[in-house]
Amino acid sequence: MTQAADPIIICEDVHKWFGDFHVLRGISVEIRRGEKVVICGPSGSGKSTFIRTLNRLEEHQKGRIVVDGIELTSDLQDIEAIRREIGMVFQQFNLFPHLTVLQNITLGPIWVRKMKKSEAEELAMSLLERVGIPEQAHKYPAQLSGGQQQRVAIARALAMQPKIMLFDEPTSALDPEMIKEVLDVMRELAHSGMTMLVVTHEMGFAREVADRILFFDQGQIVEEAPPAEFFDAPKQERTKLFLSQILHH
Amino acid sequence: MLSTPAAQAQDAASRTSRPAPRPESPFGSGLPLRRRLRAAWAWIRENLFSTWYNGILTVFTLGLLYLALKHGLRWVLLEARWAVIPANIQPLMVGTYPRAQLWRVWAVLATLALLSGLSAGAFGARLKRAAAWGAGIAAAFLLLPLSAVSRAMVLACAGLYGAGLLGARGRRALRPWLVGAWFLSFPWTLFLLWGVQGSQLLPRVETSWWGGLLLTLILAVVGICCSLPIGILLALGRRSSLPAISWCCTAFIEVVRGTPLVAVVFMAHLLVPLFLPDFRIDKVVRAMIGFTVFTSAYMAENVRGGLQSVPKGQYEAALALGMNSPLMMVLVILPQALRAVVPSIIGQFISLFKDTSLVAIIGLLDLLGVARSVIANPQWLGLQAEVFLFAGLIYWVLSYTLSRSSRRIEKALGVAGRR
Repeated sequence: MTQAADPIIICEDVHKWFGDFHVLRGISVEIRRGEKVVICGPSGSGKSTFIRTLNRLEEHQKGRIVVDGIELTSDLQDIEAIRREIGMVFQQFNLFPHLTVLQNITLGPIWVRKMKKSEAEELAMSLLERVGIPEQAHKYPAQLSGGQQQRVAIARALAMQPKIMLFDEPTSALDPEMIKEVLDVMRELAHSGMTMLVVTHEMGFAREVADRILFFDQGQIVEEAPPAEFFDAPKQERTKLFLSQILHH
Repeated sequence: MLSTPAAQAQDAASRTSRPAPRPESPFGSGLPLRRRLRAAWAWIRENLFSTWYNGILTVFTLGLLYLALKHGLRWVLLEARWAVIPANIQPLMVGTYPRAQLWRVWAVLATLALLSGLSAGAFGARLKRAAAWGAGIAAAFLLLPLSAVSRAMVLACAGLYGAGLLGARGRRALRPWLVGAWFLSFPWTLFLLWGVQGSQLLPRVETSWWGGLLLTLILAVVGICCSLPIGILLALGRRSSLPAISWCCTAFIEVVRGTPLVAVVFMAHLLVPLFLPDFRIDKVVRAMIGFTVFTSAYMAENVRGGLQSVPKGQYEAALALGMNSPLMMVLVILPQALRAVVPSIIGQFISLFKDTSLVAIIGLLDLLGVARSVIANPQWLGLQAEVFLFAGLIYWVLSYTLSRSSRRIEKALGVAGRR
């Protein structure tokens, strides 16, 4: 890493409860600028909840989260400022069904970033080129396949020119033959130097792209290692069990 | 050709609005007579006599229809004394609006005709369909027993509509101007009808002179235009995270929904002057307030239903882009929420339109009120059926037009298909 010493996300002892259920039990982690982090773990381990606390779609109740120098508090202005710097891609795509692909992508830049419409459209078209579907610009989301929709969702997040991209199980709702087209886009994005946090079960992608893997279980980070070490020499029993279950099913 | 996204959206909308090809109908196609007869027979067998009980039902229904139509048609064509309608057409249409000032009503109609024509043209309605609508409405007016001058006016309005339609065809640049013009048409209408105190050209015509269909339409349009935005605000307020706001909105909605419309109109009539004794608020305006209050509570519940139908992911996606709440609502949530409830909103409008007849209880003479006063006139004694049938027909034509437009709007917005 070129800017290795410079953390863009700092989490200190982050806790969250859903009612009585203690979802996050003291997460402490630092993410460097340009780092690609894959988060994996069994379902219900709090990994999605964790990345959703980073742009405050979920509120943490204890601990400290600092993103790009701004601490996440209940200050709405700060939250909106942070959200502008963080792009998010959801499992269910969450494209706006009443807008065309192009309008989906330009909505944020025009209304939030106050970009000129013509500029925003130019940017959107270049992003659609980048994710490989410029010809779909004027269709509605419902007219696209799942893989295409997810690529539009990535373009929509990138159009805000974020410093960080969060991916919340981006391929889990896709048919198998469409997973690759989305992963290809994410790979390309990783090589461009974007800071990425990816919650995924795609272990091939993790091994290839990640700088570091965080293994979550029961609301804690159980193991944290570069992919080679994580896959070939896991230290924790829980990790070994998880890996044996997902690699040899 | 360079096409903007808006144009594409328009294309997509018109594409979805095109009806699916119908199954071959035996009537009116260009087949030779024998095959057409055979097809007709097959159609009858398939649709009317497919089973023995369907056959019995068909015969029974035909019998009933025959009895009803036999007497009904004989009454309508031979026995009814329709002279009462032409003799009273002016009060039925405009109440006691002064005869010398009637040109102002025509000016309003002309404005609306021109605006409709321009909009149909600029917003890319298909020429044949738009022309058919214009011709249909003009024909409906011409069927009314109007004077020759009035008929000439109707034709002039139709001409304006046609001119607007042809003149604005394909001119997308006009669209924003037209939206503005529609907003302005409203105060413009009231200004024209109400006039200015002491003016020579537009002398004040007090609202107590307004009546008939004119009053019915004005009450309905004001109610519709005011209740939708207020209803949206109430629905948003009800979901607000600030307890004071959400409590007030909920209380308002529940109180109004628990009260009959008659009571609301009556209370608006009696209570508004009590609460605001310093202003002399016009009777018609008080009625408008009553209808708006009542309808906005129901509208709020419709909109709330729509808001609940928008998935949580839509909120999250909007927030994740850094939008604040108002932006998220206006750009992402409300367009979807309102789309989902277009049918129930239009249904609400239709019932508001019909409910305006309740203003009779505060002494306003709308279409139904005039109808009642006509049959109270000794000269037209015993002609209730004719007069009420005529009033009912007008209500039906307008309500049906509204409900047809609802279907058009649903299709244009892709309520069914786009998700």
